[in-house]
Amino acid sequence: MRTRSATFVFCVVCLLFRQVDAGPARAAEEIVIGSKKFTESVILGDIAAKLCASTGATPVLRQELGGTRLLWSALLAGEIDVYPEYAGTLAQEILAGDDVSNEEALKRALAARGLKKSEPLGFRDAYAIGMRREAAERLGVATISDLASHPDLRFGFSDEFLNRKDGWPALRATYGLSGAQLRGLDHDIAYKGLAEEKIDIVDLYTTDPEIDRYDLKLLKDDRGVFSDNEAILLYRAVVADKAPKALAALLKMQGRIDEAAMIAMNKAVKIERRSEDETAARFVQSTFGILDKARPESLASQLLARTLEHLRLVGLSLGAAIITAVPLGVVAYRRPLLGQVILAVASVLQTIPSLALLVFMLPLLGVGPAPAIAALFLYSLLPIIRNTASGLVSIPASIRNSAIALGLAPMRRLLLVELPIASPVVLAGIKTAAVINVGTATLGALIGAGGYGQPIFTGVRLDDFGLILQGAIPAAALALLVEGAFEYAERRLVPRGLRLPQGSAAAVAAVPEPK
Amino acid sequence: MIRLEHVSKSYGPSRVLEDVNLTMPQGRTTAVMGLSGSGKSTLLALVVGLQSPDRGEVWIGDDRMRPGSALTLRRRMGYVIQDGGLFPHLTAGRNIDLMARELGWLEARRRERVSELCALTRFPADALDRYPAELSGGQRQRVSLMRALMLDPTILLLDEPIGALDPMTRAKLQEELKSIFHTLAKTVVIVTHDVSEAAFFGDTIMVLHQGRVLQQGRFRDLVDAPADAFVTDFIKAQTERFAALGKMAPTLRKRAS
Repeated sequence: MRTRSATFVFCVVCLLFRQVDAGPARAAEEIVIGSKKFTESVILGDIAAKLCASTGATPVLRQELGGTRLLWSALLAGEIDVYPEYAGTLAQEILAGDDVSNEEALKRALAARGLKKSEPLGFRDAYAIGMRREAAERLGVATISDLASHPDLRFGFSDEFLNRKDGWPALRATYGLSGAQLRGLDHDIAYKGLAEEKIDIVDLYTTDPEIDRYDLKLLKDDRGVFSDNEAILLYRAVVADKAPKALAALLKMQGRIDEAAMIAMNKAVKIERRSEDETAARFVQSTFGILDKARPESLASQLLARTLEHLRLVGLSLGAAIITAVPLGVVAYRRPLLGQVILAVASVLQTIPSLALLVFMLPLLGVGPAPAIAALFLYSLLPIIRNTASGLVSIPASIRNSAIALGLAPMRRLLLVELPIASPVVLAGIKTAAVINVGTATLGALIGAGGYGQPIFTGVRLDDFGLILQGAIPAAALALLVEGAFEYAERRLVPRGLRLPQGSAAAVAAVPEPK
Repeated sequence: MIRLEHVSKSYGPSRVLEDVNLTMPQGRTTAVMGLSGSGKSTLLALVVGLQSPDRGEVWIGDDRMRPGSALTLRRRMGYVIQDGGLFPHLTAGRNIDLMARELGWLEARRRERVSELCALTRFPADALDRYPAELSGGQRQRVSLMRALMLDPTILLLDEPIGALDPMTRAKLQEELKSIFHTLAKTVVIVTHDVSEAAFFGDTIMVLHQGRVLQQGRFRDLVDAPADAFVTDFIKAQTERFAALGKMAPTLRKRAS
């Protein structure tokens, strides 16, 4: 029976591996399109994909990968072929260290990295500072300079804005703002904070539909900190050879999307709650006359796809962790000094914040499931190593000594006596790791690994509670299911003798003592 | 025959055995007697190779006990400890024949040997499918003894084998053990703190005190010609208690009737 369940587990693991292998394989006509983790970028990604598809190429969408740095690294690493960027961001943030004072210099700097940029797409999306119109009029604030005389106003800025040289640092230096009441927030959450009057000042993008929706006043940038930021496409030069037709289709976007069109699309998604896909399809049809043939996925098939992605993340990372951590736990038990080192390293890994660990993995493993699996693997090590070692250490000396005195060789002793006796504790460690993994795997969506995190983060971005639940509920259910599966596994895998109440008190046997 | 030559052993700063020289003769029962902490359990642990001596040598017949030879030498010895040390995840039967399976004994041979041992230790064969937690204390010690005897070792080492049992079971098991030792004619070393038990089992008795062998001889030699005042004190402390009980015996008998 036990062999049969082991075979089953093995098959599942093989299946999961196969899927991962199939993932990054690229056929010749494929073009991988990335986007940043905000609505506008996602819509542009969708438009690009639909234009490519119209030429017969196979676009692979890697939506909502993260921030500027992440997309740029992914492009340099060849993980993606193209993504929507902004000229100002490119010149002042990404290539800030290079001489990009004019167009020719900028093109040279890109060419040196094997990259090219498109002509402007037609709209600008610059940073701006906004506050509620009512508050602005009440306080008499019209320009950013005016903020200096209102130090009690609460600022809520996005992390990217806080850290970009052309963002908060430039603003503070130029306008002499103190930022005493400053908080770092997710951009979409900042709008909610503004609406609820928890904060007064936000950074925003000039194409945000929320400007209208919340009736915000854009403060005049009277000292000219924020530069124009024209939308462009950044792509790898090799795409011209690899997928010339797809590239030609992509470049049709040049000059075709004006500010009004972009704001309308942002509004359709963020306020009218249409999907990016649908919004992009309408735009492509009305602007280029291309009909999108792809049918939208049903909720059930989406859920199934996410479940498979999530299970793959959890299954592979946990499987690898078991294979690694149980032997490490045995080493920790047999060599206590080395064991302290092993446990210390595993504990340090555990204290790294999950998001940071995920991002550390990016330069090593690129975007997608691989870095997420690696991060989850590292997280799973500690509970399994610790429980394996402590389960083995807690075996009574009399039992351990009996096994040695019997003449069992060390490895046989481990397999026949020590590990079976420690198995309930080892299994509990694996269960802990699995349940933690199911939760942490949702963060994988931030680096393109998919899973239940995808709808959660999209839901946060769009302020769509229903979408958040589409990820949160299955994730919670899966955690419970995993918990239940381990209860079952415990009954099947832990030897019956260990599940009996132990000790002489329970040992009133029905078999009489011989007379 | 078991021989210890100039054996010393410490655990950290505390000396447990100090330059011990002794011989345990072939085919006889040697009782090692002493207070707790006298080093008697360590003595057995050294013989079976659970511990290595800091200095000196341990010989099992003509073979010296070393880390490299321990595995095979242990298979010539059976080891029984106070609470049995049974493997809780295996049935009594699997506890007993685990090592025989490892050595590739065929099933018929294993079964024959187990049923011999059941008869010898008077263990009911239908309880072989039970797990240790389902057995009484006395039964567990019988299983532990069977496990130790499975490979028919030449040496049997017992560390307080019946110390944890209730008095009734204990008396019965004592009788049975003695007859088993007699039947098998193996080299037996039994460690105990109980004078009457040592006298009951031991062809020779060895008194261990603070890591040194004070005296080795028959019980009568220990009483008649004690090598040290401690030997007399140790024996007296326990026999006087029995004597006091003996005087009360007529009263007890009267009450019982």
